[in-house]
Amino acid sequence: MQLGQHLPILQVVIPLLSAPLCLLLRNGRLAWMFTLAVSWLVLAGAVWLLLQVLAHGTVSYALGTWPAPWGIEYHLDHVSAFVLLIVSGISAVVLPFAGKSVAREIPADRVSLFYTLYLLCLTGLLGIVITGDAFNLFVFLEISALSSYALISQGRDRRALTASYHYLILGTIGATFILIGVGLLYMMTGTLNMQDLAARLPAVTDTRTVRTAFAFLVVGISLKLALFPLHLWLPNAYTYAPSVVTAFLAATATKVGVYVLLRFVFTIFGAAFAFQAMSLGPILLVLALLAIFNASTVAIFQDNLKRMLAYSSVAQIGYMVLGISFASLTGLTAGILHLFNHALMKGALFLALGAVFYQLGTVQLTQLRGLGRRMPWTMAAIVIGGLSLVGVPLTVGFISKWYLILAALESGWWPVAVLVLLGSLLAMVYIGRLVETAYFHAPPEDDREVREAPLSMLLPIWTLILANLYFGIDTSLTVGVARQAAALLLGVSP
Amino acid sequence: MATVLGLYNYWIAIFLMMTGFYVVIAHGNLVKKIVGLNIFQVAVFILYISMGKVRGGSAPILAEGVTSYSNPLPHVLILTAIVVGVATTALGLALVIRINEAYGTVEEDDIHSQDEPE
Repeated sequence: MQLGQHLPILQVVIPLLSAPLCLLLRNGRLAWMFTLAVSWLVLAGAVWLLLQVLAHGTVSYALGTWPAPWGIEYHLDHVSAFVLLIVSGISAVVLPFAGKSVAREIPADRVSLFYTLYLLCLTGLLGIVITGDAFNLFVFLEISALSSYALISQGRDRRALTASYHYLILGTIGATFILIGVGLLYMMTGTLNMQDLAARLPAVTDTRTVRTAFAFLVVGISLKLALFPLHLWLPNAYTYAPSVVTAFLAATATKVGVYVLLRFVFTIFGAAFAFQAMSLGPILLVLALLAIFNASTVAIFQDNLKRMLAYSSVAQIGYMVLGISFASLTGLTAGILHLFNHALMKGALFLALGAVFYQLGTVQLTQLRGLGRRMPWTMAAIVIGGLSLVGVPLTVGFISKWYLILAALESGWWPVAVLVLLGSLLAMVYIGRLVETAYFHAPPEDDREVREAPLSMLLPIWTLILANLYFGIDTSLTVGVARQAAALLLGVSP
Repeated sequence: MATVLGLYNYWIAIFLMMTGFYVVIAHGNLVKKIVGLNIFQVAVFILYISMGKVRGGSAPILAEGVTSYSNPLPHVLILTAIVVGVATTALGLALVIRINEAYGTVEEDDIHSQDEPE
């Protein structure tokens, strides 16, 4: 299997080389079909790699056959293979939807440019997950960030431009903080390879330089993953970006940020240093709870539904970070599990809103009155996705909350478990508002003909919704992988 | 005192870093913010480049009779980071041009007040 050996690098090279090819296509429809084909190819590779990791353990690939500490190593374990599957899977589902949606929201002469940016963004996200080199991670982070700034600015509203600009400023500060942190680590250890860093750091942990590096890295990564109170770039960016971009970024970009946090805190610094010497646990715990309550409360008062879901994303990131802050096997399992589950629900919800926008041209709550009767399939999807967000049994949201509460009780922090439940009630309120407007209000008088979204949009939405239900009932795959990933990060047996 | 003076390269880097950071936060002009961001990034480049210097080490080129070399790796890393910085600046300025076309101003306060009434 010559090609199979090179699969880790192909996961990055294929979308990277496809981006300029896509630019040459000029024709929007061709560019879309090409991007779709590339994305499905990448998904097939990711599935194959995950099976490989599950069967034989860690996969390592030396770039240019330079051995590990000198050359760049691509390193795939349970954590990265799982996140790789999330990113490529979401991309593969979002793209069939993109065809019609992008054709309507982006001017025809810019469509092929749009897909070029999309492929670059995908390259960056996949690269971050797959690489085993700290500096290489920074480069991929910037590839994905720069292309997502450009993607967000393609929104029709002029506020997309200012949202993108603010994201650029904050994102660059975050990335530069990460660069400082990596530099300080290199100064102390003389290596950039993550495994090598992990082996050499314990000898020098008790220095101010390493502690400073840790602080820079945690703050920089928190900016990237939009942890409260560093989330200010997120709501506007998600609100004004084109529908497809919002769905793709909401389901992948912040998840990859959480992955980077896991990688640095657990693999490189080690749980003992981060949670005992630096007492990261209580800091993350408090910020996560603030994120859940603050963002959920703000979400209740939003009239723009995309903005409502964007604030809800900030709250959901809080749940992930909450799981991480326990630093226990169950807590980490819950965090990684929610990574996957939240990608499914937010992907579905933002795609459904994209379908509403396609038909109505707006996502203001007041314009959605009586839509339950006129777009039954789309609205039903929003209801199920919303229930999943709240955490109703038989949906994936319930599984995440269940493990989170289990982890809280295991650590003996029952008030945190109560707060998680209260947070779910807040989600119930803002989803309830949406459902009430769509189903229990009469349609507006000056009625235009509003029809159900086309099948090419409904299929991706319902694929994600059915996945929400399926993984809410059969959890053997997701919980199994998440548990193994958590055990690997903590260095214990599952 | 010797440590303060001996670490002068770090003082320069930190001074530039904080200057840039302050400009990003304090200025309402979008172009000036980009300039501040640039200073901020360049400070980090200097931090990297200065850490590659080995006292008494020669330039990293193989030569007769030289045993100690400076570390070239940070320089290579920072070449990449410079390219990233150029790309960020270009994209940021391109956005400022588009914002200027859409709003007719590059002052943050004016942009804010134009969006407010809605």
